[in-house]
Amino acid sequence: MKELIAELTETWGPSGNEDAVRKVIEKSITGHADEVRVDALGNLIVLKKGNVKKGVDKRRIMLAAHMDEIGVIVSHVDEKGFLRFSAIGGVFPPTLLGSRVQFGDGKIGVIGRERVVKPDEAPRMDKMFIDVGSPDKGHVGRRVGDAACFTRPFVDLGQRLVAKAFDDRIGCAVLVQTLLGLKTTPHDVYFVFTTQEEVGVRGATTSAFGVEPEIAVAVDVTLTGDTPEAPTMAVALGAGPAIKVKDRGMLAHVGVKNWMVSTAERLKLPYQFEVLDAGSTDGMAIQTSRAGVATGVLSIPTRYVHSPSEMVDYDDVRHSVELLLGMLSSPVSL
Amino acid sequence: MLLKELSEAVGVSGHEGAVREVILHAIKARVDEHHVDALGNLIALKKGYGGQRRKVMIAAHMDEVGLMIVRIEKEGSLRFRPVGGIDERVLLAKKVLIGDKKVPGVIGSKPVHLLEPRQRQQVIRVEDMSIDIGASNQEDAANLVKVGDYASFDVAYRVLGGELQAVTGKAFDDRAGCAVLVELLKNTYPFDLYAVFTVEEEVGLRGAKVAAYSVAPDVGFALEGTICDDMPKQKDASPTTVVGKGPAITIMDRSIIADKRLVDLLVTAAEEKRIPYQFKQPGIGGTDAGAMHLSREGVPSVVVAVPARYIHSPVCLLSLKDLRNTVGLMNQALARLDAVDLSR
Repeated sequence: MKELIAELTETWGPSGNEDAVRKVIEKSITGHADEVRVDALGNLIVLKKGNVKKGVDKRRIMLAAHMDEIGVIVSHVDEKGFLRFSAIGGVFPPTLLGSRVQFGDGKIGVIGRERVVKPDEAPRMDKMFIDVGSPDKGHVGRRVGDAACFTRPFVDLGQRLVAKAFDDRIGCAVLVQTLLGLKTTPHDVYFVFTTQEEVGVRGATTSAFGVEPEIAVAVDVTLTGDTPEAPTMAVALGAGPAIKVKDRGMLAHVGVKNWMVSTAERLKLPYQFEVLDAGSTDGMAIQTSRAGVATGVLSIPTRYVHSPSEMVDYDDVRHSVELLLGMLSSPVSL
Repeated sequence: MLLKELSEAVGVSGHEGAVREVILHAIKARVDEHHVDALGNLIALKKGYGGQRRKVMIAAHMDEVGLMIVRIEKEGSLRFRPVGGIDERVLLAKKVLIGDKKVPGVIGSKPVHLLEPRQRQQVIRVEDMSIDIGASNQEDAANLVKVGDYASFDVAYRVLGGELQAVTGKAFDDRAGCAVLVELLKNTYPFDLYAVFTVEEEVGLRGAKVAAYSVAPDVGFALEGTICDDMPKQKDASPTTVVGKGPAITIMDRSIIADKRLVDLLVTAAEEKRIPYQFKQPGIGGTDAGAMHLSREGVPSVVVAVPARYIHSPVCLLSLKDLRNTVGLMNQALARLDAVDLSR
């Protein structure tokens, strides 16, 4: 699974530019799906059909993980060939300093900063620029609207993994691995790889309308409280998949939450509960689609989210796959 | 074009009837069907020729930012709140028209003689402003206006000198888009064109949301009068758009990442026909396309805008050259639209 994780995290895909990520996923699931389609916003919708089983209710279940990552977008090319830029999604300006960004054609730029007037002042994006190494404006080869994202290789530290874009390629990897491992299921399971989550859960909005699920589980990353002087949060790396109770955008459906808990206990898998003060996930959009969807979220605890070096625990990842497999192979009663 | 009439019509969000009348009168003879939906959107269908027909929705919003009367004071002055995004600093000493009867008034301000030095540095909050309609007391005022009445800026359309062929007026956001859309209805197209004049864009893309749901289009365009800040700057930073440099194409704003194939369609059409165009600086503003592209299972959408200086203030400025070039660009793009593969 680590190879797939490495490939997915190293693939380029700021919001609105998910084609390359989608190709990696399409390739990895070949032969394992009953139907594959891509909707108008670029969401990849993969159906694994359920086997009819006497006495078991077939449910229509949607799993969602987003393909896009945060990035930057060129807003102005100045006379000397430096690029001013805006954020795509929640970019924390200090993480940009000293970083390198990559454009869709593979070209690299480095982030520079204007003269520091007040040393204590927090770095601001409008006082930064991208330097693509062009001697003048004529050789920049970039225009307003070109998107870029962090570039950083995947690192395997053994138990822990480091990469850019674990948010939410780790969710994509968990979904792919779950599909590959799911031999039979009594349910129709839609594995949905969504677009544009980081700019406002947009892909989930349209794909949930199209899939029209009864039950949904979004798989995404969550923050942790286990680093020095971290904000108080009872989630730690290595303590198991986090079962969301609440975040800024939703209250998890209690039945779906309990479905996760009882499955984890049955399989003797570690788990932890998550209450997140900031942010939300695709679950928020899916929950209020059409007439409403019973929705929960399975979170992978992740340190340094939205930085070029996010960190996850490999056991949490494996246990997330096992938990989903356990949930999907059995009857569901909410 | 219809811009003067459109600009001078009053249509603060939620109260777009007068603008709708102007548009309906202009387009009635050019469309096959039209109706007004529950929220007040004017939805007009111009049927296409040809067999397999796409549904193309082009939206322009009829509403403008303005004010609403919230209280009549004992002395007869009117307290108000903004409807939509208005910078408080543009309000003082402006003429307004209140309600359907267009009762004239002025937003009062303290004469400079009476301001202490410290006060000159301060921004007056909208809560502390009031409209003076010349009433002698509460009862007198209540005979003319009611709480809940809308107020709009009282500004006449004007033609300026200079090579930009500039005009000034209120509400170019988005009467410029409405004017372009009315113009586009002069032509026929191979696809079914749904010209949708929306309501309540300025308070949260509300009209476009329900209109896109009912039209269920295959492709969406939003036409806008957009932000422009091309005044001289201290450093080489980007203007959002520049007046006189042609229609602005949106790649990304706060509400949408535009469909790349549609951006390419517009760029190709502009370059082939040598129509000037510019990209709007990414990350700023939001439009009806934000609601449209998220409708149902998703709609590939894009935004084309006429750059307008000083929008959301009593007086905006745009170049008629930009307006004509926007019509030209849309015509060229729409003529090529059937050849664009929108499958994935």
